[in-house]
Amino acid sequence: MSEVATNQTILVAGGGISGMTAALEAAECGKEVVLVEKRAALGGRVSQLYKYFPKMCRPHCGQEINQRRIRANRRLRVLTLAEITKLRGAPGDYTATIKIAPRHVNSNCTACGDCASAVSAEIDSPHDYGMRKVKAAYLPHNLAWPQRYVIDASIAGGEQGAAARDACRYGAVDLDMREETIELKCGAVIFATGWRPYDAAKIQPYGYARYDNVVTSVEFERMLDPYGPTGGKLLRPSDGAEAKDVAFVQCAGSRDRNHLAHCSRVCCMASLKQSMYVGECYGEDARATIYYIDIRGIDRFEDFERQVRADERVRFVKSKVARIEQNADGSPVLHGVDTHGARRYANTHDLAVLAVGMQPSVDANEVFEEGATSVDASGFIQARDGENGNDGVFAAGCAADALDVNRSVQSATAAALRAIQVVNRAARA
Amino acid sequence: MTSAVEKYRNNFLREVEANVEEGEWVKMCMQCGVCSGSCPLGDAWEHPPQELFMMIRAGKRDQVLASESMWMCTSCYSCITRCPRGLPITHIMHGLANYANRLGIAPKMNPTRRFAKIFWDNIAHTGRVNETKLSLRLYFMDGFFTGLRRAFAMRKVGLGMLRTGRLNPLGLFRAGGIARKGELRKLLARAYEIEDARKNFGKRN
Repeated sequence: MSEVATNQTILVAGGGISGMTAALEAAECGKEVVLVEKRAALGGRVSQLYKYFPKMCRPHCGQEINQRRIRANRRLRVLTLAEITKLRGAPGDYTATIKIAPRHVNSNCTACGDCASAVSAEIDSPHDYGMRKVKAAYLPHNLAWPQRYVIDASIAGGEQGAAARDACRYGAVDLDMREETIELKCGAVIFATGWRPYDAAKIQPYGYARYDNVVTSVEFERMLDPYGPTGGKLLRPSDGAEAKDVAFVQCAGSRDRNHLAHCSRVCCMASLKQSMYVGECYGEDARATIYYIDIRGIDRFEDFERQVRADERVRFVKSKVARIEQNADGSPVLHGVDTHGARRYANTHDLAVLAVGMQPSVDANEVFEEGATSVDASGFIQARDGENGNDGVFAAGCAADALDVNRSVQSATAAALRAIQVVNRAARA
Repeated sequence: MTSAVEKYRNNFLREVEANVEEGEWVKMCMQCGVCSGSCPLGDAWEHPPQELFMMIRAGKRDQVLASESMWMCTSCYSCITRCPRGLPITHIMHGLANYANRLGIAPKMNPTRRFAKIFWDNIAHTGRVNETKLSLRLYFMDGFFTGLRRAFAMRKVGLGMLRTGRLNPLGLFRAGGIARKGELRKLLARAYEIEDARKNFGKRN
């Protein structure tokens, strides 16, 4: 691949919704694009969601459309299990160092699953935030693209790996694959490296590390997925009882100088959406309480907020929760002051969901040559005005700011257009 | 200006910013309520911190300054460590209490205020705390018989302190304290002078 990439190639880091969009938009404009994804499959955090707000639809259809667009485009190449470790050069002339981890499965794989049946070793499922175990020979998730198994590095060298190889009828398991490092020329780079949830254990008073029934909003999404760790049932992690009364704790880490100074923007809408999930599971018995500082639902999201507020099963408490404790039967008890009337409360719920903040998943300063780009105080990559109006490195989606899917896709399209301008200039020079 | 307009003219926030220790932070409060919720004595406050901040912004001068609330603060610092905006809430509470006291609006019989006054007079007199005089003053501040009852209730602690040398009965008669007491008093007088000039206070009593 290093032979085919030129100074007119656009390199996209990250194969989530933003990276896929940026790569496809550029490739469909006739540019050569290489898309690099760290995980074993494309899709990113969106593939781990149960539903989108405000339409309450499954994210699958958009993913399928994007996968079809990728298959149909000969100008777009996808590298999975690959990471950009270093980037140097100038607009129109970058060299990226890319590390590719071994999948131990080649393109003969038909995703039949015989290797998984032959293997008994298990690993924490990366797709489910470690909420369940999966076989060490696994398909990343149902909608994975490429639709190809992964033999985990922990078994590749041993008996279990050999068993997987022997079980494969297509000769797809290749235990001799090794980590590779390649260098790639490119003219412009789009960082769509996305976000990761803030470590909830750092918010000590909320007891995420101490109590089983305090979970994060991303884990809650997995609990609702019909193919997720609980098979789509909303059950308490501690005892498997039905979680009919769920508390949503807003700003868990966001808008807090002790944690993330910025507002993560999506959590308000995500919690409104998740309060609807409880109703979906338990009908009239469902109870959801949203503890908030203020609900940041703007323009068309305000309609969604009104719709949720009209639901009698959902209660709103204007308060930043001070601390969470646990009672004798393992239920979380939330303490704080309702600032509408300044009443102190100690409310018991079946389950507490922390709306954890978004932080950039990649430290841009580690990848870029010094001074090649700038990040803001929270680590999001900032647009820069170079000599020619911009540099050749752009951020898309949550690498640029805390954004929802809708705004991430807009940001990705914008980044693609800027990258196209840079490689066009390089072509004319 | 008519009194009706005067009533709604809000200069109290500015007054707090100018005269209360760390008062310039008050406007940063976003009313999340985590300070009030974190306060271990929160039940006992008539107006917990976040409510006091809102009252200051609403110009409720008399209600805030005459309140017992900020005198409830025990300086545990739970609110400061949790405040998402980094407000030095403990210090603001003490600042408000101090300001109310200086203006003479603070509740006269508030026990924290009375103890603070006794403590300050004690330490400012000689530069060192005289434990014997301090405890006697405190026990007998509500009269002779109440004092005897209080001292009797605390006798075990008192005897223990005597035995370990933490309480010197001769302290009643000996002045003790630092070497140059005169210098300390001069220094304090000058500090008062500077503060009073800066905050436009009247004569101290």
